[in-house]
Amino acid sequence: MSAAELLSDHVKDEIEHWKARFPEGRQRSAVISALHAVQHENNGFLTTELLNAVADYLELPAIHVYEVASFYSMFQTKPVGKHDVAICTNVSCMLRGADDIVEHVENKLGIKTGESTADGKIFLKKEEECLAACCGAPMMMVDHKYYENLTTEQVDKILDGLD
Amino acid sequence: MAYEQNLVCFNTFGAKESWTFETYNKHGGYEAWNKVLAGELTPEQLIDEVKASGLRGRGGAGFPTGLKWSFMPKNFDGQKYLVVNSDESEPGTCHDREVLRGNPHALVEGMAIAAYAMGATVAYNYIRGEFIDEPVPRFENAVKEAYEAGLLGKNVKGSGIDIDIHTFVGAGAYICGEETALLESLEGKQGKPRFKPPFPANFGLYGKPTTINNTQSIASVPAIIRNGAKWFADLGPEGSGGTALFAVSGHVEKPGNYELPMGIPFKDLLEDICGGVWKGRKLKAVIPGGSSCKVLPADVIMNCTMDYTSLMDAGSSFGTGAVMVMDDTTCMVKVLRRISRFYMAESCGQCTPCREGTGWLYRMLTRITEGNGEEADLQKLVDVANKIEGHTICALGDAAAWPVQSFLKHYHHEFEYMVRNNGRSIVDAATDAAA
Repeated sequence: MSAAELLSDHVKDEIEHWKARFPEGRQRSAVISALHAVQHENNGFLTTELLNAVADYLELPAIHVYEVASFYSMFQTKPVGKHDVAICTNVSCMLRGADDIVEHVENKLGIKTGESTADGKIFLKKEEECLAACCGAPMMMVDHKYYENLTTEQVDKILDGLD
Repeated sequence: MAYEQNLVCFNTFGAKESWTFETYNKHGGYEAWNKVLAGELTPEQLIDEVKASGLRGRGGAGFPTGLKWSFMPKNFDGQKYLVVNSDESEPGTCHDREVLRGNPHALVEGMAIAAYAMGATVAYNYIRGEFIDEPVPRFENAVKEAYEAGLLGKNVKGSGIDIDIHTFVGAGAYICGEETALLESLEGKQGKPRFKPPFPANFGLYGKPTTINNTQSIASVPAIIRNGAKWFADLGPEGSGGTALFAVSGHVEKPGNYELPMGIPFKDLLEDICGGVWKGRKLKAVIPGGSSCKVLPADVIMNCTMDYTSLMDAGSSFGTGAVMVMDDTTCMVKVLRRISRFYMAESCGQCTPCREGTGWLYRMLTRITEGNGEEADLQKLVDVANKIEGHTICALGDAAAWPVQSFLKHYHHEFEYMVRNNGRSIVDAATDAAA
């Protein structure tokens, strides 16, 4: 069985959809989108088997896929919690209380940034860098959705609402 | 003084569903592109018009956009590319997200015009991965609407012009905002800046002639062609044509993205537009163009106008127009430590001075805030910064050095106080004394 058979039909369709945007023979340009699709289906993280599958499907050396997976901050190469919570702590957010938000969330969840909750529900990303919503500081991103002008009460509501 | 807002990139703002084709059309949308399609404007005329408008790259470097376009080889027999940089990640900067969400058609039309002017038939918009939820679908929908209206594709409206626009989605890396790192990323590799020369105009995406422009720069193009270069140039002072998107964040009453004429006095931006410093406090410092720009103390910035010349003369730069405002309770040592952490985390690691130097800066600043600093560290910080500046392939190294140099120049006493008082901030000392 070839490694690519690990990929679902949906992921393969997604990869083909992206490949079509690039010239013939430039399928390497689709690696980042392929990894987004694969990670999304695999509860938010990548495994070596999945990286090999993408490489096989795109007919690329595995190292081309490994080096992309390890370089970009949105890819997780170790198991993490289901929901991705990223609180920006860069200057604009820091000036408006981001550190207090991080402390509040760490206490609430009983974990530090960079860790996941024991029930596998929430992954609190390591000190997040600027997410370009500086005028709505402090802000956080939960499963790609932006929440701005946060208070600790709002944070509680958002986190308590996760399934 | 009253300022007219939203004249260029935000011209549909305030309308219901400002991002739709219908709304954009009601605001003069695609007038310029239709003129091009009707054969009324040649590529040379378009480039000359953009040159005359005084538009400068809004991504931070401020390079004249029309001049950049003119670097593309004219008689090249093969594929050429336009790439738009929507990898907005300079700390403090968040206005390109507003263009993508609120007026994506200005960008689509600008891309079509720019591509045609440079002889490119394929254009990519590189959008940062974190924008996947809202900005990416808005932009993709705008592209779809433009195709449906027959404004993109092959032989558009029988003009003989081909233009295909594609979205590309990144995956989180500040360095990909550097134009050659962005090209590497677009080719599916790690975002590591290329050594230059060759420049992208000769060897760009897939080795083909390529121009990379910032989102705001390209979204400004339709209004320039529609209203004329002179109209745009006259909006701002000499050397800084047009409007700019100011992302004002930090300690102000009304943070926000404001499109205003270039050259607005900082004082008016702060007091009239943003409601002044929050909580009735005093202004301490401002980083005027994203965290890579040098910090300016209150008395300096209060006498500046917000344009390339004034901010350069004051010892900083216009950067991205991301204005980070700090009140008098701000500890400058802690802010610099946070900025240094960013550059350490985002260094791609390929040049030794940056990879090692950014770590040194952050660790020394951490040691100082933890009360383990020495007086010799202050000079050492500047030494390390000086050894990074100018010694790396890309400008990230300089961007890591400038904040350190400028914070220590203007706020040396705060660093000195902290070192001498076991990590206690001069700001906390002042608060305690007042209490």
